[in-house]
Amino acid sequence: MAAAKFEVPAFREYPVPPVVKEGTMAHVKSFPASAPIQEAIGFPGELVEDWHDKAIAKMGDLLGKYRSLKVFMDACVHCGACTDKCHYFIGTNDPKNMPVARQELMRKVYRRHFTFAGKYFPSLVGAADLTRELLDEWYTYYYQCSECRRCSVFCPYGIDTAEVTMAGREILDSVGYGQKYTNEIMGKLHRIGNNLGLPGPALEDTLLGLEEDILDDTGAPVKLPLDKQGAEVLLITPSADFFSEPHVESLIGYAKVFHAAGVNWTLSSTASEAGNFGMFIGSYANMRRAALRIRQAALELGVKRIVVGECGHAWRVAYSFWNTLTGVGAGGADPFSIELQKQLDPRYPAPQHICEFTYDLIQQGKLKFDKSANDHRVVTFHDSCNVARGSRMSDMPGGQFVIPREIIKAVANNFHDMAADTIGEATFCCGGGGGILTDDLMEVRVKGALPRMEAFNNVVQEHKVNFMALICAICKAQFTKVVPYYGFDMSMIGGVHQLVSTAIVLEVPEEADQEVAAGAEAAED
Amino acid sequence: MSFLTVLYACLFYAATAILVGGLAYKIRDYSRTPAPLKIPTTPAPTTTGGVVFRMAREVALFESLFKSNKWIWVFGYMFHAALALVLMRHLRYFTEPVWSWVAWIQPFGTYAGFAMLAGLGGLWARRFLVDRVRYISTPSDHLMLLLLIMIGSSGLGMRFVSHTDIVGVKNFFLGLMTFSWQPLPTDPALLVHLALVALLMVIFPISKLLHVPGIFFSPTRNQKDDPRERRHLAPWAAELEK
Repeated sequence: MAAAKFEVPAFREYPVPPVVKEGTMAHVKSFPASAPIQEAIGFPGELVEDWHDKAIAKMGDLLGKYRSLKVFMDACVHCGACTDKCHYFIGTNDPKNMPVARQELMRKVYRRHFTFAGKYFPSLVGAADLTRELLDEWYTYYYQCSECRRCSVFCPYGIDTAEVTMAGREILDSVGYGQKYTNEIMGKLHRIGNNLGLPGPALEDTLLGLEEDILDDTGAPVKLPLDKQGAEVLLITPSADFFSEPHVESLIGYAKVFHAAGVNWTLSSTASEAGNFGMFIGSYANMRRAALRIRQAALELGVKRIVVGECGHAWRVAYSFWNTLTGVGAGGADPFSIELQKQLDPRYPAPQHICEFTYDLIQQGKLKFDKSANDHRVVTFHDSCNVARGSRMSDMPGGQFVIPREIIKAVANNFHDMAADTIGEATFCCGGGGGILTDDLMEVRVKGALPRMEAFNNVVQEHKVNFMALICAICKAQFTKVVPYYGFDMSMIGGVHQLVSTAIVLEVPEEADQEVAAGAEAAED
Repeated sequence: MSFLTVLYACLFYAATAILVGGLAYKIRDYSRTPAPLKIPTTPAPTTTGGVVFRMAREVALFESLFKSNKWIWVFGYMFHAALALVLMRHLRYFTEPVWSWVAWIQPFGTYAGFAMLAGLGGLWARRFLVDRVRYISTPSDHLMLLLLIMIGSSGLGMRFVSHTDIVGVKNFFLGLMTFSWQPLPTDPALLVHLALVALLMVIFPISKLLHVPGIFFSPTRNQKDDPRERRHLAPWAAELEK
């Protein structure tokens, strides 16, 4: 059990809505970004002198650019439907973590400056000036939101707090008040090509090491090619897959799938990151700049298909935004998108999720599995928020829920879902998404994980579940760190392709067969 | 022509102008603001027909609210459905001869007034009894409910307690519509009812009542889920490619 400077919330006997306790999370504030971090991604280094006027002007700018923000500022009726839906409110009792109250931090300023009622009757309609205290509250509470969109499922007008949080962060950034964690990583991605800051040679070393490991384990000469000109598939995966546990197990799983299917694939050293924190801070410019690296790599390598690894927000950006930002997709009629789209193979969706890719191969009978290799596991699946509510897999709405589960059932014998109101479109965030995955927000992360941990605990108790399968790098990092607070072991956390990796049967060249028979035995896990 | 008739005639012309003009301005503003990214809350329909069906369920059944909270759904739906019936019933004061379907729903529309008040009462009770809703309620949230309850109860009062000269009221409104003003009956319940309705019309385009046009423009509900198949580009974003 990790030591906590705060109280880890207890599992509730019945999941009743929490009681409001004002100010319980007012003290938790992530580290602000330093001047070099801010300036590297195009924002002022420190809070500018005329921050008030600049912030209001930026709000006006965003209201003119984003219909979502404009409609969401007007449409809320304070009905209360969202009030008990946010995992951060459930875990902290702080009413400013209720979606409507989080929006209200911005809406009261919107009313004051952009509506008739707020200009002339501010106290009647709850309008307020943007004071320095309020600006600090924005920073505090817009960095206690994981942009998971659960509230938007339940709002009668579809108001998505993630859009408001993104706008809030964009305004804060524009006046020089950014968050260290997200903005530092954003800069690394621009400068080096991935969030971890791994340069090309280090990446190459890692991949060679993994190839050796797989050969030792299985006897199969599985390759993890880098910058391979003319490969058919470009794999874009979160950089955590290269170095972190349990992420790397899924990377090995993808490589084995490509190998077994005989697909000519490659990674890119210049586009070695699927993650795109530009979305977290609502910065179209940064999100576009990061995504363009992938377009560039695809054009340079001449690939026909682009497949995205296990990463939640990255898949949302890839699936929902890449066609807009970079032309990775289909249906473009302008020279910019045609240049890339004429190169891509129209028989496959672009981009394609690694789960779609693997599932297709399973359907075609191209992969062989020994399901019993996963018999020591009793598996459940956590729907990652951005995949669940901001994207899709396959042609069918809801395919993002079906396909990962079908893969799991194809490679493992023991599977149990968590309670229906905690999965699918109603899934609870891991507590660490959207720019929250930093140690200075540990209290937010642990408390925000409460509803997911409760649902997980129930299947652990009822079905002896011992493995939570994930398709998100942030979920993996968050859970491995947070489950010990709730009394679980971090080895219970892993990827869907980790399960694939365990069960997949690879053809071993005959001469290698003898030498590694022993190694294969040890490769069960 | 009495002073009251002139006052109320001017009031309703002005209120109508503000309601229609204000809503037209807002709708134009919403429709001209680009939605630069595909952000439907998924799973979402992939076709236009599917989006229309999703929106229809949202508007006619309050589908998302039903998923969210059964109490708010019951009270909210009761209020809105009853209000729809009441409004349709009121068409009889603006049409001559009265349309047959309006005549047919007359009894339902009359009693719907009680359901409307019950729904409003339930919604208002939540603003006091549920700590989360109490926390987010502003004075205007309470006043809005008070306004609607006063409109409903003054209307029911005229129907069930002390009748007004309903033929005179109808002549007044038909006169307004043809610009040949007729005298307005002067009982207090009627004057209160009409003044509050005019007030509601005036605040409609500057208040949270904008949820009515807003839902149709909500990108999380009105977008197709087809970003891989079609390129979606806002004009200001297209500029970045030049």
